Amino acid sequence: MSVQKKKARAGFFIILPSLIFIGIFVYYFIFLTVRTSTSNWNSFSALVKGEYQFVGLRNYQRLFKDPRFQTDLWNTLFFTLFFLAGCVGIGLFLANIIDKKLKGSNFFQNLFLFPMAISYVVTGTVWGWIFAPGNLPSDPQGINLLFQKLGLSKFQWMWYTSTKSIGKFNLALIPVIIAAVWQMSGYVMAMYLAGLRAIPEELIEASQVDGATGTQIFWKIKMPMLRPITLSAMIVIGHMSLKIFDLIYAMTGSGPNNVTDMPAIYMFEQMFRSNRYATASAIAIIMLLMVAVVIIPYLYYSFRGSK
Amino acid sequence: MAEKASKTSTIVYYIILIIFTIFYILPFYVTLSTSFKPFEEVSIATMWNLPKKPSLQGFKTAYRKLQPNLKNSFYLTIPATLISAMIGSINGFALSKLKFRYSNFLFALILFGMFIPYQSVLFPLIQFFQKTGLYGTIPALIITHVIYGIPITTLMFKNYYEEIPDELIEAASVDGANVWQSYTKILLPISIPGFVVVIIWQFTNIWNEFLFAVTITSDPTKQPITVALVNLAGSQVVQWNVQMAGALLAALPTLIVYIILGRYFVRGLLAGSVKG
Repeated sequence: MSVQKKKARAGFFIILPSLIFIGIFVYYFIFLTVRTSTSNWNSFSALVKGEYQFVGLRNYQRLFKDPRFQTDLWNTLFFTLFFLAGCVGIGLFLANIIDKKLKGSNFFQNLFLFPMAISYVVTGTVWGWIFAPGNLPSDPQGINLLFQKLGLSKFQWMWYTSTKSIGKFNLALIPVIIAAVWQMSGYVMAMYLAGLRAIPEELIEASQVDGATGTQIFWKIKMPMLRPITLSAMIVIGHMSLKIFDLIYAMTGSGPNNVTDMPAIYMFEQMFRSNRYATASAIAIIMLLMVAVVIIPYLYYSFRGSK
Repeated sequence: MAEKASKTSTIVYYIILIIFTIFYILPFYVTLSTSFKPFEEVSIATMWNLPKKPSLQGFKTAYRKLQPNLKNSFYLTIPATLISAMIGSINGFALSKLKFRYSNFLFALILFGMFIPYQSVLFPLIQFFQKTGLYGTIPALIITHVIYGIPITTLMFKNYYEEIPDELIEAASVDGANVWQSYTKILLPISIPGFVVVIIWQFTNIWNEFLFAVTITSDPTKQPITVALVNLAGSQVVQWNVQMAGALLAALPTLIVYIILGRYFVRGLLAGSVKG
């Protein structure tokens, strides 16, 4: 056997245990969840009896008719849109300023990134306290109290307990989006910063010699070169957003009329509070499909490009 | 440096940076100032004020309540981090230096595991631990984090090893080293920076993780710190200074790691996106 063949064979056997574990704990378990999601296991006794009764897509059909789940899907959509826009916008903006290499920019860079080291649970606990509205108008709390002190009382509102909405967009999501952007925008900034630093200086200098202005350089040279980074950032933030759980759980829960409810929260309640395993599994599979729509093309294109 | 900023634009940049600094520091300020307040100073009306008489009462109470859970988190995070780093390293070696047929495809199959919502494996996972009698234990959480950590640690090490020239390994095999020796004698000794990045990344993620923690453990004495913090913050009788001190205690280990090894932390963040 040639050295090359020996090596390839060794490589395969090294990966094999991981493949088996991932095969069982990811793919087989997903299959089991799909199986549960098409069953009648919607009570503890049904589960204990363990008699599997196939009910087709009934649990899914019921979910899509369920107003709470419809709210969850709209909340996910709007949360994802604004979370993405906030992180990419702020990340790109701050990366460009940090990249000017002003005095102390290293300090700012580290500061903007530090929320990444903290768990969503801590973020949710602290921001939950900051955005708690208090009893308006007599006993404001948190930001509302700060507004009062600054003479901005007219901006006081119910924050994440508000049931107001614009179309399908629940305004109560705004504080949650702010907390999420606080946590992740520094990460996107770091990604863009790495991208900006990889742009060859000669390219910028040459275009300056040709008389390009700063704005032109940004839109015509930097932005196109940062496109892959924007894509990566959107994938990372986007798939995170579709399965957001910890932050909501620690910060607001479902909220009044489910204004801050998300599929992951609903799934958790169905599974662990109501013992509706089949419904919970159906929600989980819908979440998986949403993530897969984003991730599979990404993985496909990433690997098609490489040898 | 590209363009030399003029004086006015420099001032504008600093103003922008300071505004964002306030945004990023705001929660930190509230947490810190509240956690150092003695019980008699804790009131909603003064939540934005600095403590008049700083006190450790909040921290003492929070530590007394959370100490077992902090310990659980260390028991869980340290072994899970080390084991998953080792698995990632050997996998990364195989996938970068011992390429075999379909290795890229199999790698993509593994990698998909890092993106899935864990809700989609949660129910079978809990049933698995119930059947094996591990449900509710720290080892169950360790196993969980090691297995679902395989994709990310493998990815990070694969990217890291791909930067190392193949000739190094080839030269070793010409000298008669077998595969195992070329890994332990050649690759492993130059892997330290890779390990630092992966260990920091896994430590932070496992320490901060919540979904598995809250669903795989139910006994409060077995729960990691993130779950204990949510329970602490959810109870109406616990004072705000205790809650904020608790939040700070929960965040402290990863914050310290970030402050000391921030450079590597950033590298880990960047390695976390599929194409390095």
